[in-house]
Order: sequence, then C-alpha cells, then structure tokens
Amino acid sequence: MKNIQRVSGTLLGAVLLVFSGSALADWQLNLTEGVTEISREVYGMHMMVLWICVAIGVVVFGAMFYSILKHRKSQGATPATFHESVVAEVSWTVVPFVVLIAMALPAAKALIKMEDTSNSDLTVKVTGHQWKWEYEYVDSGVRFFSSLDTASREASARDSGIDVHSVDNYLLDVDNRLVLPVGKKIRFLLTSNDVLHAWWVPAFAIKKDAIPGYINGMWTNIDEEGVYRGQCAELCGKDHGYMPIVVEAVSQDRYDEWVGEQLAAAEAEANSADKEWTMDDLMAKGEAVYGTSCAACHQGNGQGIPGVFPALAGSPMALGDIKTHIDIVINGKAGSAMQAFGAQLSDVDIAAIVTYERNAWGNDTGDVVQPSAIKAQR
Amino acid sequence: MNAAATEADHHHGPAPGLMRWVTTTNHKDIGTLYLWFSLIMFFIGGLMALIIRSELFQPGLQIVDPHFFNQMTTMHALIMIFGVVMPAFVGLANWMLPIMIGAPDMALPRMNNWSFWILPFGFGIMLSTLFMDGGGPSAGWTLYPPLSLQTGDAFPYLIFSIHMLGVSSIMGAINIVATIMNLRAPGMTFMKMPLFVWTWFITAYLLIAVMPVLAGAVTMLLTDKFFGTSFFNAAGGGDPVMFQHIFWFFGHPEVYILILPSFGLVSEIIPTFSRKRLFGYSSMVYATASIAFLSFIVWAHHMFTVGMPLTGELFFMFTTMLIAVPTGVKVFNWISTMWRGAMTFETPMLFALGFVVMFTIGGFSGLMLAMTPIDFQYHDTYFVVAHFHYVLVPGAIFGIVAGVYYWLPKWTGNMYNETLGKVHFWTSTVFVNILFFPMHFVGLAGMPRRIPDYAVQFADFNAIATVGAFGFGFSQILLLVLVIKCIRGGEKATDQVWEGAQGLEWTLSSPPPYHSFSVQPVIK
Repeated sequence: MKNIQRVSGTLLGAVLLVFSGSALADWQLNLTEGVTEISREVYGMHMMVLWICVAIGVVVFGAMFYSILKHRKSQGATPATFHESVVAEVSWTVVPFVVLIAMALPAAKALIKMEDTSNSDLTVKVTGHQWKWEYEYVDSGVRFFSSLDTASREASARDSGIDVHSVDNYLLDVDNRLVLPVGKKIRFLLTSNDVLHAWWVPAFAIKKDAIPGYINGMWTNIDEEGVYRGQCAELCGKDHGYMPIVVEAVSQDRYDEWVGEQLAAAEAEANSADKEWTMDDLMAKGEAVYGTSCAACHQGNGQGIPGVFPALAGSPMALGDIKTHIDIVINGKAGSAMQAFGAQLSDVDIAAIVTYERNAWGNDTGDVVQPSAIKAQR
Repeated sequence: MNAAATEADHHHGPAPGLMRWVTTTNHKDIGTLYLWFSLIMFFIGGLMALIIRSELFQPGLQIVDPHFFNQMTTMHALIMIFGVVMPAFVGLANWMLPIMIGAPDMALPRMNNWSFWILPFGFGIMLSTLFMDGGGPSAGWTLYPPLSLQTGDAFPYLIFSIHMLGVSSIMGAINIVATIMNLRAPGMTFMKMPLFVWTWFITAYLLIAVMPVLAGAVTMLLTDKFFGTSFFNAAGGGDPVMFQHIFWFFGHPEVYILILPSFGLVSEIIPTFSRKRLFGYSSMVYATASIAFLSFIVWAHHMFTVGMPLTGELFFMFTTMLIAVPTGVKVFNWISTMWRGAMTFETPMLFALGFVVMFTIGGFSGLMLAMTPIDFQYHDTYFVVAHFHYVLVPGAIFGIVAGVYYWLPKWTGNMYNETLGKVHFWTSTVFVNILFFPMHFVGLAGMPRRIPDYAVQFADFNAIATVGAFGFGFSQILLLVLVIKCIRGGEKATDQVWEGAQGLEWTLSSPPPYHSFSVQPVIK
C-alpha cells in the first residue's frame, strides 16, 4: 500500500513538473535566477528595482487617476489657481535623488565584483565567427567550433515543411557543446574573427561583445551541473539568429575525462591527414563541412545570394586553377566577407571542401584534392 | 517701392496650382508639407514593421529570408526616426513656432523651403537601396562596423542619404534658433515663451551639436569602405568600438531630440484641458535644459557590454540614473497641473494623458536598463525593444498626434470628428500595449533582438505582439480618414477652439490668414 502511494505520488509529482515546466517555458515572464552567485545577485537587484518602479508607479499613477476621476469639469470642479511651489520642486528633486543613490550603491558593488576576472582556475578563449563560435581551452589546448545543430538548421529553412515544435531545443542546440567544470572560476577571453558578436548565457548573467582586434574578459562560477543555453546577442549579419551557445556544466572528474577524449580525437584527426582519401569519402566529408562552414553564405545549392555572396556553381573560381581555389579558402579574400578558413579548418576539411565544391552542383571537374596538397600550400 | 505696393505684397495669398508647394516660403505651407511627408513615411515604416511582426508571428521562417528581415529592421528604424518623428516635429515647429511667439514667418524662409525639399530626395535614395544588388542596408540603424561594411551596392547611397537628412535637419534647426532668437514679439521674454517653443529651442541646439557628429561617423565608414582608411578596422590600427562611441555621442542626444518637443506639446495640452496654468513653468524649462545637458554625458550606456573599463561603466551608470531626476520633475509637474483643475477629455488631452502614463512606463524600464550589472541581462534583448518603443510610440508619437489634434481645428478652421478621434485614441492605446508590453516578457525570458526566428518558448508572446501590431497599424488609418474629413469640412471652429486655451495662436482666426502677425502683437 505504502509503495503504491509512493509510486503514485512520484507519478503525480512528475506530471505536475512536466506541466508546470511547459507552462513556464511558454509563458516565462521574468528573468531567470540562474545558477551562479552573480546571477542570483543580479536577479535580486532586478527584482528590487522592479518593485521600486512599481511602488513609484502606484503613487504617481494613483495621484494622476485620482485627479482624473475627481478633478473633472463634469464633476463640477472649478480650477484652482496655484501654479508653483518651491518646496514641491525641491522635494521631488531631492527625494528621487536619494532613492537613486540607494539603488546605485549595491549596483556599483555588484559591478566591481563582476568585472574582477583575477584568480581564475580555467581560461576559455571564445572567438565569434559568422556564424559560429570557436572555443579554445587555453590550459589544455582543446579547441573546436560550435555551430547550430543540423536538426534546427534544416527545420529553420524557409518552407522547410518541418514543424519546428518537433525539434528539441529548436535554434538553441549545437553540434559541439562547451563543457565546463562546476565550482571553478572560469575566465572567458572574447574576441572575434570578423564582425561584432556577443556571448550570452542568461543562467550565468554574463554577456560581453566579441570584437575583432580586442580581447574582452569576463568570468563565471557555475554552481549546478546541467545544460545551459544562450544566443549571440549582437547583430552579426544574416544568420545572427542561428548561432546559439550551449554550455554543459559537469563535475571536475567528468571534465578531466572529457578533456582526455578531446585530445585523443584531435590526434586521430591529425593522423588522418597523412593518408590518401578516396573521392567518395572526400565528397561525403566535404558536404558535411560545407554545410557548417560555407552554406550560410554560398547556400546549400552553391548559388550564393546575388550581389552579396557569389555563387560557386559554375563559377570560374571553382572550375579554374585548383591552387587559386585552395588559396582563397585558406587565406580568404581581402575586402569581402570571405574569411580565411586556414586557421579554422584542418587539412582534411579543406581538402574535402575544395573537392566538394569542384564536383557538386554540376561543376563536375573530377578533381580530387588530397589533404597533403593543402598541407603543402599552407 | 511705394507704401501701397508693400501693402499689396504683404497680403498676397498662396500661388495657384502645384507650384505653390514647390516654391513656397510660407511657414504654414512648409509645415503642412512636413506633416504630410511624415504621415506618408509613417505608413511606409509601419508597413515594414508589419512585415517584421508577420515573420515573428510564429517560430520558423515563413515570409521573408533573414537577410531581408535585417533590411526591414534597419529601414524601419531609419524611416521612423529620420522620416517620421523628426519631420513631424519640424512640421509642428514650422506651423506653430512663429505664431506662438508672434512672428510673421520663420527667420530664413528660403532655407526653410530647401530643408524640406531635401527630405523626399534623401528618402527616395534611401528607399531605392532596397532594389539594389545586395539589398538595402541590413546592419541595423546603428550601422556598426565591421558588419555595416559588408553592405552591398546600397552602402554609398545610404551614406549619401544620411548626409542629406543631416543637412536638412541642421538647416531646420538653425532656422528655428534664428526665429526664436530674433523674431519674438515685444514683451515675449524667454521666460514667457510657451513650453513647446522652449523644448524646440533646446532641441534645435542638440541637433546642431550632434548631426555633424553623425555625418563624420558615416563619412569615416565611407572612407573605410572605399578609400582604404582604417578608422574602424582593427587590422589597420583602427578601432571598431570608436565608431560606437562617436555614433552614440550623436545617438543619445538624438534620443532626446525625439522626445523633448513631445514634452513641450504635452506641456501645452495638459494646462488647456485642465483649465489651469502649467505647474512649475520655470522648473520645466530648467528640467528640459538639464536633460539636454545630461544627454551629452551618458552615451556609453548603450555600450555597457563592449568591455569598457570599470570606472567608465560606473561613470555612465551614475550619469544615466541621474536623468531620472529631471524627467521625474516633468512628470510630477504635469500631474500637479492636473491636480485640482477642471479637466475635460477631448482627444488631444486623451493622447497627452496616454503619453504621460506610457512614457513613464518606458522611463521605468529605462531606469532598470541604466543599472550596469543588470543591463548585462537586458542588453540587446526584447526588453530593450520594449523600452525604446514605449518611449517612442506611446511617447514621442502620441505627443505628436496629441499636438495634431490640438491644432487641427486651428489649421483647417474645422473641428475634427470627436467620436472618431476618441475611437482612434482607445484603439491605439489598447493595441500599442498588446504590441509592446509582451516584449518585456520575452526579453526577460532571453529572446535577443534583431532575430528573424526564435526558440519555441517565445512563441506565445510573439503571437500576441503581432496581433497588437496589426491592430495598432490599422488604427492609424482612422487618423488619416479623420484628417482628410477635417480638411474637407465639419463644424466651424472658433478662434479660441478650446475653452481653456491660452497663447497667441488662439488670438488668430481659424484658419489663420496666410500671412499672420504682419503687425507684431505686444505681450504684456
């Protein structure tokens, strides 16, 4: 009997949780409290200011609506003649001033704490790209890109025919998560490869611009394990809405294990550059890498966007000299939005992309570009 | 020239035909041109807003591509700021400032004609960019580099059109300053000027101070793009953040350019319909001047996330919070004006009251945004979108609409349809809140601004906002109908028009003669 009660109780709890969860998700009205000491402090300050505004609003609008109700001509009101009072003017200058000081002091204290990036345990360099994030763990050397996940990307296309509600975490999921340990002071160094971006995770209450030529710093210290999502918050062009941030906060042990896995995978990737690849393998890999690195501008069908991003299908560049083609991918094109992908992609990736671009969409050159050719041209 | 000829000159009416509007140097004609231009641009900019809201009605992309979506957000802002609010204010100033200070016309009538006629060409160029290779500007109205440098063929045309709008604004502002300084009737001392004149006087100085700064900023963008300079290019020794500093040194005073004349309008209207003198006239003047001064030292609060030094962030947080003081003084004075008055609620008064309430709501969210540590959560989210739309739509635009209703009987000689006016007010007020209030919620819940598509948890409030947008947009057709009906006829307006109205404009006939105050009135 007791068992049944317990089971049904748990079930009921679970059902309530799901419902309240979805209700909250759909009609969330307020800031998240977040999962860091700073985010809770920010939330508290937000609520304090909100209630101060509500209190002022009640007084001011109360007086106004009382006046509107009582002091109307249709109620037989006759206008008074007073039109100035030094006492009133001075008091409604001084009182708000005092209230503002009371608000500014805790804000200044919190700000000083938020801007102190010293004594961190771990440093992650975050680089914004149009339109993906690059993460580099400065201490261990792990480095990878994080782009919108394929399910969201496919569903987000215009007239995709896919119900976006059927996609888990639509527009808020990535292929590679930023994994961070809990309970450590993590310092972020932010910069950008092209235009301005801003890195923001609401649960940590931190946001800062990624600016080319600058290195900005900020920090967080996550209390709870979990997955936290955010988005780029500074307009960065066409796909600004499509570069989410996903942080997975894990225990220190799990984090160390993850770093080991990443380092091993990076070594395997480096070794694969020395082998001879087949056309089919390069085309398959090329299509995948093209999808995450090139398609945002040159489009999945290689047609580009007229006047903004050039077409690759049938273009003299993709059909002409291989070396020139590789050079543009590695070094970019000055004065245009074409980035230098040499720093972002491995030899294998670039070989695959160039092979793909020279053989897809009716380009059919039959050229096969090996990773060794990329290595030679770097 | 003999005396009789001079007399005849003074009494000639408008030139016949369309050329009247092309060659006019009459402040009333030019005011009318500005106001019609503003109304047309209001519908064009509004159409863009409806495209934006339609795309955001539900998650997923249905109507436009992200690149075109960004063009819409950019052009919507540029048009609403430079093509609607600013020309409407200049139109009201042209019509009313000379009359309110007892002057026969603006001080520089030919320049007045020119400053208007630049506008249609400037906006013609700006709108034509939408049809160019690469589309119109899509980097946001703030034109932050390096992104704005990725604009296609539109770029030089955009910069040139901004230069033209700037030239127009500067000439309009110089004209207003010259008129107020030189053409006040005898006895119209500075501290007797109506508040609308005062707020425009201060606004004109802001315009003269900051429009050249904008011109400089966009010219540097132009040379970076085409002449190989590196003002904002870090790789060439420049600094992308410097653009933001220069832009917002223009941009923040610009924000007050967009609101101060509305403060003036409301300060005219509330006393009239409360049948009681404006409370704290001199403190209103000083508060306006304080706001104008502070507007020059708060600009970097738009940039709290660029990574300024801590001391910089603290300075701009404190100065920004300080703006709440003079702004509060204004609100308290308006309410004290109403207090123990004998109020009636004709349409201009309704819009003025709507202004006070909803502008104050925008002020509250502004105070929240001023606080740097919590601004990190609000920055570049829909909370900001909600904030500035509250101060600009039920703020600046409600002020303008209130002013139009207030003076429409004076301009046309006919009363407008009061029932239609009240319906316009109530539909506008209800829908503007359905449109913008939910944006606070999605912003706090984490929705960034300037995105064409969003995560599904933001769907409900976005759908509601879109419903509000269409309701608000279609409500404005009522204004157009009402204005046209009022021009065509209606109950004749008296010279006084409103029972409690005070001021020189009400001493003239309705409509006023084509040339008014050829003989200066004397103010006691």
